[in-house]
Amino acid sequence: MIALADVNYFEPWWAQIIKALVIFGVLFAILPMLTIYERKLLGRFQGRYGPNRVGPFGLMQPLAEIVKFATKEPFRPTTSIGFLFRLAPMLAILTSVSALALIPWGNVQHIFGTRFGLYGIDVSVGPLYVFAMSGISFYGIMLGGWASGSKYSFLGAMRGAAQLISYEVAQGLALVGVIISAQTLSLTGIINAQQGMWYIVPQMAGFLIFMVASFAETNRAPFDLVEADAELVAGYFTEYGGTGFVAYLFSEYVNMMVVSGIATAMFLGGWHLPGNPSFPGWIDPIIVFAKMMIFMTLFIWIRATLPRLRYDQLMSFGWKVLLPLATLNLLITAIVVVV
Amino acid sequence: MPYDPSADVIEVIRHPAPNRAAGAYRVFGETLRGMKTTFARVVEGPHTIQYPEEKTPVYPRFRGRHRLHRFDDSDPAHPGLEKCVGCSLCAAACPADCIRVVAAENTPENRISAGERYAAVYEINLSRCIFCGYCEVACPFDAITMGHDYELSDYTRSDLIFTKEMLLAEPIERTPLRGEGE
Repeated sequence: MIALADVNYFEPWWAQIIKALVIFGVLFAILPMLTIYERKLLGRFQGRYGPNRVGPFGLMQPLAEIVKFATKEPFRPTTSIGFLFRLAPMLAILTSVSALALIPWGNVQHIFGTRFGLYGIDVSVGPLYVFAMSGISFYGIMLGGWASGSKYSFLGAMRGAAQLISYEVAQGLALVGVIISAQTLSLTGIINAQQGMWYIVPQMAGFLIFMVASFAETNRAPFDLVEADAELVAGYFTEYGGTGFVAYLFSEYVNMMVVSGIATAMFLGGWHLPGNPSFPGWIDPIIVFAKMMIFMTLFIWIRATLPRLRYDQLMSFGWKVLLPLATLNLLITAIVVVV
Repeated sequence: MPYDPSADVIEVIRHPAPNRAAGAYRVFGETLRGMKTTFARVVEGPHTIQYPEEKTPVYPRFRGRHRLHRFDDSDPAHPGLEKCVGCSLCAAACPADCIRVVAAENTPENRISAGERYAAVYEINLSRCIFCGYCEVACPFDAITMGHDYELSDYTRSDLIFTKEMLLAEPIERTPLRGEGE
């Protein structure tokens, strides 16, 4: 049997399970806080407070909403296809969480005499795995939109499909520059190659292309045509309520975290700080999370600023501007590395 | 009149189309400008009023819920007596027909108002009132005025019929008044 990828396991099996549980548990505790962070920050950008009624400073708002969503009656349109209608949100959240496993939170640590890598898994195909997962997560959108049996959902899903093919290419090509420079596909390897200089400096163009493509990838404003609420009610999840809706909502936020994590690892040097000051190892996840929060804030800031693009503008921007730029960036990087 | 096709042509003034590099630069610059604009809103702080805790101040001539008035306790002629003499002019002036006055005679033992008669029943149905202020204008003794309360919701219609005692009482909560030039 041919191994498709090398997974650098050196932990015992129980350490793998503990890592998976900790990453899953901590991130799903952070996720509701991210929703409230987005809404409060969005409020500030619009000259208002945002939710501030439930609990101190409105911090209990996500909790109240989860209770509300979880207790809602599950329903589906008569035109929908029941099996796929239920499967699609699960697919969306499953693929997002799978991609989350790749985000490196810290270097290898020695805890209780065992070596722990502070990340889910370290695969020799890191970014490819993430792209594969985000590609599959669009099946969640497309299946959900199609299986809903509603025109708005279908239109949203079609837009999602078109958006995916026009942006994933540019996003991938933007990262290839980094991969060529680091000469490895392992995310920890890429981070360790950034001790001297973060790749955001030599790969500035790649970073900008990656960020723009990420906005489209995560269906965030100004590229949220998939759920364009002015035209399509809510796009692909128009017919979803209750837990199905929450699954889609959370998968969007998890996607944001994945994209922020990848950007942090590939361009912002992961757990490295300028000048490489020596901190105890447990600081690493905090540094990574702080860097991810910079990207999160940027996502929200852009959402508060830019209006939604028209559909043809989006497509022509992806194919005519981003893809040639990414290719050019790749070519120049390749020439510089070889010469 | 013959049809002139050129009359339907609308002249649109467009900016010169930028070339590729200038266009990209302009897009980038305009995005940054937009982000600066939104960030300025964060620095400015919220403009919203946290309503139940914080109320919009009203202008001095704001027409809110009515109030009936008494003379001051220190008034030499009629200390503490009601100003309303039960003349029903307010009820006559009311376009919504929401005021009901039943007058009764003052007696020397039981003096309630300053005049010969007083209002034994004085009811305003606030679910009908249109807050026009004609009652205030019609009153010859300034006994009824429009107050500043505007929080007038209740659970039943009958709770919105305000009696004389309720109209005479001081409001439980003071509505903030707008200052000069505010």
